[in-house]
Amino acid sequence: MHKLNGDTAFRTQGLTKTYGEGAAAVHALRGVDIAIPTGEMVVLLGPSGSGKSTLLNILGGLDDATNGTAHFFDRELTTMGERALTLYRREHVGFVFQFYNLMPSLTAKENVELVTEIADDPMDAEHALSLVGLTERINHFPAQLSGGEQQRVAIARAVAKQPTVMFCDEPTGALDSKTGRSVLNVLQTVNQELGTTVMIVTHAAATAAMADRVIHFADGGVREVIENTTKLTADEIEW
Amino acid sequence: MLSALDKKLLRDLGRMKMQAIAIGLVIAVGVVVLVMMDGLFHSLSQTKDTYYDRYRLAQAYAPAVRAPKYLLNNLAAIPGVDSVMGRMRGGGLIDLPQEDVPISAAVLSLPDHGVPRLNDIYLAEGNQLDPSRENQAILLRSFANAHGISPGDTISATINGARRKLEIAGLAQSPEFLISMAPGELAPDDKRFAVLWMSETSLGAAFDLRGAFSEALFSLTRDAKLPQVLDRVDQVLANYGGTGAYGIEDQASNRFLTEEIKGLATQSKILPPIFLAIAAFLLNIVISRMIQSEREQIGLLKAFGYSSFEVSAHYFKFVLAIAIGGALVGCLIGVMVGRSYADLFQQYYKFPFLVFRVDPQAFIIGILVSVFTASAGALFVLRNVFALTPAVAMRPPAPADYSTAGGFLAVVNRLFDQPTRMVLRRVARHPGRAFGAALGVGAGMGLSAASIGLMMTFTTVVDQTFDYVDRSDMTVVFAALRSDKTLYELNALEGVAQVEPFRVVPVIMRNGLHSHKGALTGLIANPQQFRAVDKNLNPIRLRDDGIIIAKSLAKKLAIAPGQTMTIEVQEGERPILSMPIVGIAETLSGAPAYLQIGALNRALKQPNQISGAYLQIDEKYQSELYESLKAMPFIAGASLKSTSREAFETLMDQSAGSMRYVMSFIAAIITFGIVYNSARIAFAERARDLASLRVIGFTKGETAFVLLGELAIMVILAVPIGIAFGIGLNVAIVEGFSTDLYQIPNQLQPEAFGTAGIAVLVSSIFSGWMVKRNMDGLNLVSALKTRE
Ligand SMILES: Nc1ncnc2c1ncn2[C@@H]1O[C@H](COP(=O)(O)OP(=O)(O)OP(=O)(O)O)[C@@H](O)[C@H]1O
Ligand SMILES: [Mg+2]
Repeated sequence: MHKLNGDTAFRTQGLTKTYGEGAAAVHALRGVDIAIPTGEMVVLLGPSGSGKSTLLNILGGLDDATNGTAHFFDRELTTMGERALTLYRREHVGFVFQFYNLMPSLTAKENVELVTEIADDPMDAEHALSLVGLTERINHFPAQLSGGEQQRVAIARAVAKQPTVMFCDEPTGALDSKTGRSVLNVLQTVNQELGTTVMIVTHAAATAAMADRVIHFADGGVREVIENTTKLTADEIEW
Repeated sequence: MLSALDKKLLRDLGRMKMQAIAIGLVIAVGVVVLVMMDGLFHSLSQTKDTYYDRYRLAQAYAPAVRAPKYLLNNLAAIPGVDSVMGRMRGGGLIDLPQEDVPISAAVLSLPDHGVPRLNDIYLAEGNQLDPSRENQAILLRSFANAHGISPGDTISATINGARRKLEIAGLAQSPEFLISMAPGELAPDDKRFAVLWMSETSLGAAFDLRGAFSEALFSLTRDAKLPQVLDRVDQVLANYGGTGAYGIEDQASNRFLTEEIKGLATQSKILPPIFLAIAAFLLNIVISRMIQSEREQIGLLKAFGYSSFEVSAHYFKFVLAIAIGGALVGCLIGVMVGRSYADLFQQYYKFPFLVFRVDPQAFIIGILVSVFTASAGALFVLRNVFALTPAVAMRPPAPADYSTAGGFLAVVNRLFDQPTRMVLRRVARHPGRAFGAALGVGAGMGLSAASIGLMMTFTTVVDQTFDYVDRSDMTVVFAALRSDKTLYELNALEGVAQVEPFRVVPVIMRNGLHSHKGALTGLIANPQQFRAVDKNLNPIRLRDDGIIIAKSLAKKLAIAPGQTMTIEVQEGERPILSMPIVGIAETLSGAPAYLQIGALNRALKQPNQISGAYLQIDEKYQSELYESLKAMPFIAGASLKSTSREAFETLMDQSAGSMRYVMSFIAAIITFGIVYNSARIAFAERARDLASLRVIGFTKGETAFVLLGELAIMVILAVPIGIAFGIGLNVAIVEGFSTDLYQIPNQLQPEAFGTAGIAVLVSSIFSGWMVKRNMDGLNLVSALKTRE
């Protein structure tokens, strides 16, 4: 694994993303400038359609930007080729998607193994599933799991590879407060104990209380960044 | 331990097993055709070679009238000759109590002691000849079996004018007589041609050939130049009634078999590529759509950091599993079908054994082509999928943009109800996809149409041959040339309505380097019984100033009307004639050449001679007529048209032509495979949408309509494609099935297209029904919960 230099996990400058052309063009990002120190827990808030998922996709190496630059430590993501991006995702990134995106033909455990098999220093798949409280259901297929359970499998899958950064797009959107809390607990543990930088997109404003940094998004740009001096634990959050 | 990705592979295969089987089947049949044809071709030619070799079949033949044995030394000294054998050969007639007319036979000598140096026989039943008993003979087994004659039986035969009782010592097979064709017949008929082998002593007496031979057989050295050898042989035998030496390629039975093998070779060059190409094409369409539907999962794998290579490898494994599975099954079935076909050939050609062999190359090619085309299909789509960033590939079921389909949809909106609109919009939205599927179904239909058309054409060939060309009821062949006054004699017989003469003269026709050993047929100018016809089946008036030749013969000799050919007559004074070609006849079997009988006789300076007659008879008197014919000693054979027709049909059903049945069956499988796959894929792509429709209150019927309507449009589009495709394919296939023995005309059979259309329709209805059953059983909740 390459050595990561510096303590800024992500830095973007004038990052834009435009879908389509001409009259039909959608400006999903209109010049985003942010800097995220390594090891932080970051929460992204903002109305629907404001570009949160788009930003996460670009930082996660899933999509390319239209303009501007994005750095992961001292490496520039926006100039990386397909091969380098693949390696970047493989070595450093864990995803939890807004739509759980499990492989329907694989069981919960196998869905996790799908990722641990290609990771450098993964944790055991069953252990990862126990972290999200799914010990009982490791041999069930996604179609046999509830939405929240599917989401927890997705989180276990991201955590299991012990990534440098974790991107979670509305990880608690489909969950009740108790499970939501336990999911956030897992993310917080990962952040604190493994030093993983965690970025969470959410509509639940209360989640912001457990973040080091809260980024308010609106209309394709950053409206406000707040650094919390005091953080709550996941258990202390009001739902 | 299987990796998670491999588990996915296995589960996906399990989930799509019906579809995987359908695709595998399409590949399999393509490979079946390849392996089977190759196996047949190799087995038949190998068996032939081995048989010829084992029984030392001579490579050259030199008939003479009476040549003293010491000439054999001179013949052996000719450069290029490896070994020589002299034997006696003559004609005979066998008179069986249950047969109405005598049957012509070839009578051959076997050495009194030991085996013949060349042209050995395989004694299948009974005993060798006892040279001390001069009325013993070995009979051709196929003839004996056809008439229920066994060793120990006695038959009555006329040899060299003398009638005698022959005791059958044994039954034999010989590579020299794989095919037994009576003179003047179109197709071999075991019943109508016999071979008798008798001891040299007994035939020496019968033919008055003691110390002499009437046919020399030669095997040649490897570097022998056949034409030179034949020339030298002719020189040696010139004063002993030599009638012209010829090579094995002009030997009747060998020529027939060689033509068949050549036919198989052509078929095996033309057909497998067509079937494989179509299978490949279908596979391509199916695989590409299948992978297209895996778009999201590909995006997801890439998001986790699987490289494009790893993801490709995963899908390639999937495709390979189906392709190799299909190809292996194809190899297996190909060998099985090829084997049973080879057995059929073995029976027809009466090989005493069969060497079944498939060139390993055929397996390799079959598997490689399957794998290659399947991968090409996958590669094509994977490339497109990889062009997408993982984020795009994973985006939830992209609500396709229906806003841009323009004016067409405006019309659609006004005219149709909601489900119909959904169908039409979807087709308009993905015209490439609909067209691709239609192209696939069209290809299947074209293949079916061409195969069915071929079957029909075979029937047409038989009908045309017997309804337009040979319209007689009976053909009578004389033992020797006769005066045309014989016609009055025949005409006077009770039951004979009409008589028409013919004269057949054995000749070698030459045009430059091209030559054909065959016969020149003399007929009256405007024959009613046996006619030459043009391609519209209108009779051609025969000329006295030139020759009408069969299209196939014109092709073989590379000659056209207006050009002149050399004719070396092989009987009598053996004159060499030079005559212009004045017309081309469309023939469906054989390679005849026609001239007015008067002109033929003039050219041969043998006026008013005929070698046989075509009769039109009154069925009421058929048996009386037979009795009268039997009493006429000059008649060598009489054949009923119905018998000839049967023999001809057997020829087409048991020889290379029989392949047409297999072709049609395979075409049907391919057609069904593609229709079923198209329906399955459409269903897989839409399962979620369809479930949503059901959830918002559409009935099962309405939902089915949305899916099946799409299938219907595809089938409708496929019909014109199928027709165009079938027309093109017809030309290629007909080419592959025509041999010198019979020519398959390139006729389009409208009914074949109708039948193929119906086949497509039936497959569609059946596939639609299968998919509808699936759809009715669709679990709404799980269909909505997971995206597949
Ligand atoms: N492939 C695309 N083509 C065109 N427009 C797109 C595409 N993907 C996203 N957009 C648009 O880009 C904008 C930002 O989308 P994005 O998914 O980032 O929003 P979001 O902030 O994650 O919203 P939500 O909270 O609803 O998930 C939206 O207006 C969306 O319509
Ligand atoms: Mg979003």
